[in-house]
Amino acid sequence: MRRITIGPFNRVEGDLEVALDIEAGVVRSAQVSSPLFRGFEQILLGKAPLDALAIVPRVCGICSVAQSAAAARALAAASGVRSPENGRLATDLVRAAENLADHLTHFYLFFMPDFARPAYARRRWHAAVEARFQATRGTAAAEALSARGQLLELMGLLAGKWPHTLALQPGGTSRSVQRQEKIQLTMALRGFRAFLERTLFGAALEEFAALDGVAALEAWREARPTGAGDARAFLEAAADLDLERFGRASDAFLSAGAYGPEEAPWLARGVFDGALRHFDEAAIREDVSHAWLVNDAPRHPAQGATRPDPDKAGAYTWCKAPRLAGRVVEVGALARQVVDGHPLARDLVARSGGNVLSRVVGRLLEVARVVPEMERWVDALAPGEPFCATDELPDEASGVGLVEAARGTLGHWLEVRGGVIHGYQIVAPTTWNFSPRDAEGRPGPLEQALVGLPSGDGEAAVLVQHVVRSFDPCMVCTVH
Amino acid sequence: MTPPSARAAHRLNVLWLQSGGCGGCTMSLLCCRTGDVLGTLREAGVDLLWHPALSEESGPEALEVLRACAEGRTRVDVLCLEGAVLRGPNGTGRFHVLAGTGEPMMAWVSRLAARAGHVVAIGTCAAYGGMTSAGDNPTDACGLQYEGETPGGLLGAGWRDADGLPVVNVAGCPPHPAWMVETLAALAAGAFGAADLDPLGRPRSFADELVHHGCPRNEYYEFKASAGRPSDLGCLMENMGCKATQAHGDCNTRLWNGSGSCLRGGFACIDCTAPSFEEPGHAFAVTPKIAGIPMALPIDMPKAWFVALAALSKSATPRRVRENATADHVVVPPGIRVSGRK
Repeated sequence: MRRITIGPFNRVEGDLEVALDIEAGVVRSAQVSSPLFRGFEQILLGKAPLDALAIVPRVCGICSVAQSAAAARALAAASGVRSPENGRLATDLVRAAENLADHLTHFYLFFMPDFARPAYARRRWHAAVEARFQATRGTAAAEALSARGQLLELMGLLAGKWPHTLALQPGGTSRSVQRQEKIQLTMALRGFRAFLERTLFGAALEEFAALDGVAALEAWREARPTGAGDARAFLEAAADLDLERFGRASDAFLSAGAYGPEEAPWLARGVFDGALRHFDEAAIREDVSHAWLVNDAPRHPAQGATRPDPDKAGAYTWCKAPRLAGRVVEVGALARQVVDGHPLARDLVARSGGNVLSRVVGRLLEVARVVPEMERWVDALAPGEPFCATDELPDEASGVGLVEAARGTLGHWLEVRGGVIHGYQIVAPTTWNFSPRDAEGRPGPLEQALVGLPSGDGEAAVLVQHVVRSFDPCMVCTVH
Repeated sequence: MTPPSARAAHRLNVLWLQSGGCGGCTMSLLCCRTGDVLGTLREAGVDLLWHPALSEESGPEALEVLRACAEGRTRVDVLCLEGAVLRGPNGTGRFHVLAGTGEPMMAWVSRLAARAGHVVAIGTCAAYGGMTSAGDNPTDACGLQYEGETPGGLLGAGWRDADGLPVVNVAGCPPHPAWMVETLAALAAGAFGAADLDPLGRPRSFADELVHHGCPRNEYYEFKASAGRPSDLGCLMENMGCKATQAHGDCNTRLWNGSGSCLRGGFACIDCTAPSFEEPGHAFAVTPKIAGIPMALPIDMPKAWFVALAALSKSATPRRVRENATADHVVVPPGIRVSGRK
């Protein structure tokens, strides 16, 4: 057995180290380490509860709005305030804009550049992919960043700026929308849709969203000429490299549900492991056995604590290991689409589980499905009607805020005592996906996904990169 | 006149590292108005040696880039650090070990700063400690050359680069993309000197403005017609914690993500370009007052005059301004003057 350590792992958000134990040319086990600790959960203690809205976005620059939304929800649960319809629609638009911007950043800047590496020089698609996607040089980044900028004009209008807005409040949003601004929002979305249909999909969004299974996806790809859309370039490389065979984890998928009223979200809430099950938030436990944190029994986040123990024997990361009723679960766009029952996502997972192909297709599917929905939300905004309700937060209160960030389920657990924050725990998407082993020795999703990969130079070395980045990890959220 | 930099003759090699921060400065950079920030930097004469979110090199390839820089085999004209320096626990720096090296990032930053032509702190965390140093500062975070308002930090108050410049603090949480792009472009052009920095080491290109300048709520400010709750249209200074009249930045003349700014988004400026903004000593969204007067008055404004003018303008507030201030849309439109000319 031989160990190789890979780091710094770039084109992920934050710092990541992966250790692989290799035997007979195959990865036998993996350890995933988050080597950066900042202590946000301690920083929040003793603060005025609404200060969380200024502090938690700064947990993460790429999931900033999702962090805001989770805090706003936890505060709303604690005060009982209900957002008016306008506030909910504006919040959903802001969250969706971040979500889609993140998917675009992932595809164009983080994930696709690996296919442009020299290791693939002999593949038939390589020259075109290199010209289009090579890191910092390819032609695609400029187009994608311009489209992202147009999408994020929604942030300028609805949230002041991105990242790090204070616009998302427990009772709605601080920025009302006027009649003419609905038109500006519509125009920004039209411009973004035009990029997606012309450049990413080379097809109408509705056409891609209507694909009802793997056979339909393959037929769609084969029917498209070379160069017709960047999604096709990925699908061709993925088919050639057989990426659906790599990166499988536990195939239990969690989603807290996204958009629309919390009690009846547009994307359904639940756990899917071959069948759809109820998601019971009370069944979450965070295990610290392999983290540089003071040893403790697995705790529900509402009772959780974060106390560093940098010299702890046997620990290898700052990341806790969240488990749902003792199970290792995977979160993200694929999980959301699978839990929601989209036929393509369900079929991908039925055939080969969560893997490099299905995770990336899950994101593309989400992009294609969410933009038309955003157009409807803009239509539904009612200028002149309220955007924000206010309510007093009691001095003794608690609340949970569960949202879906781009990368998956994000939870904030807030406890207020004596009018200040007494407890604050965050479980972020990559905390689930890149968790270490728990006390039972069960590896986290990425640790499972890396096992069985071939080891070596050239294409094998790049395959590890594909598997890691297929999760679109956000390491700054992970440990916070 | 700005003295020309000695490094004007060649392209600017920029090495960008991240430590105790959220990565939001890079996300903001990608919101550059031109869309194609990579192309914009390239055309400004900037070459990225390595950037953790953008470069191809990962793992051993990335380590080789960093080692070549640290050993002087690759010329580093500018070292950009995003995120605070984490000195804890107990001065070891182990709250951030650079992946793949087993060595604290703090040590890498010190070594690379000694090799770099200039050192640029990207964002308030790298400049002064920022949000990462809030609360009881669990990671012993500091800025490159400041700890809050106190000079020092990792490199020490007396540190200067070969051109005599201190650390350039492109503060902001996050900084506006143009603040970062223009600072690097000015360095690449050799058009940046000590006179271009304010007393806190921030480029004067944005720090000589106040966030208040260009605020569309200015009429409400003039009449002290104040918002009372989120989404109200009125001035955010009296009740909602807004520090735009004291905060340095051109946020309301340059605008964010097309047409935005914090105040345009309906929430307070929290003075994120300043040291210690993360610990204001009061709730962020509530204005602390004594006897009904905000404790923090507009910068450079004598208190007696502020009080006198505020009382006068409050009593002169037009009904339109007063009523719109506490509504979330215009309920009383401006009157129309009849000119009588035709």
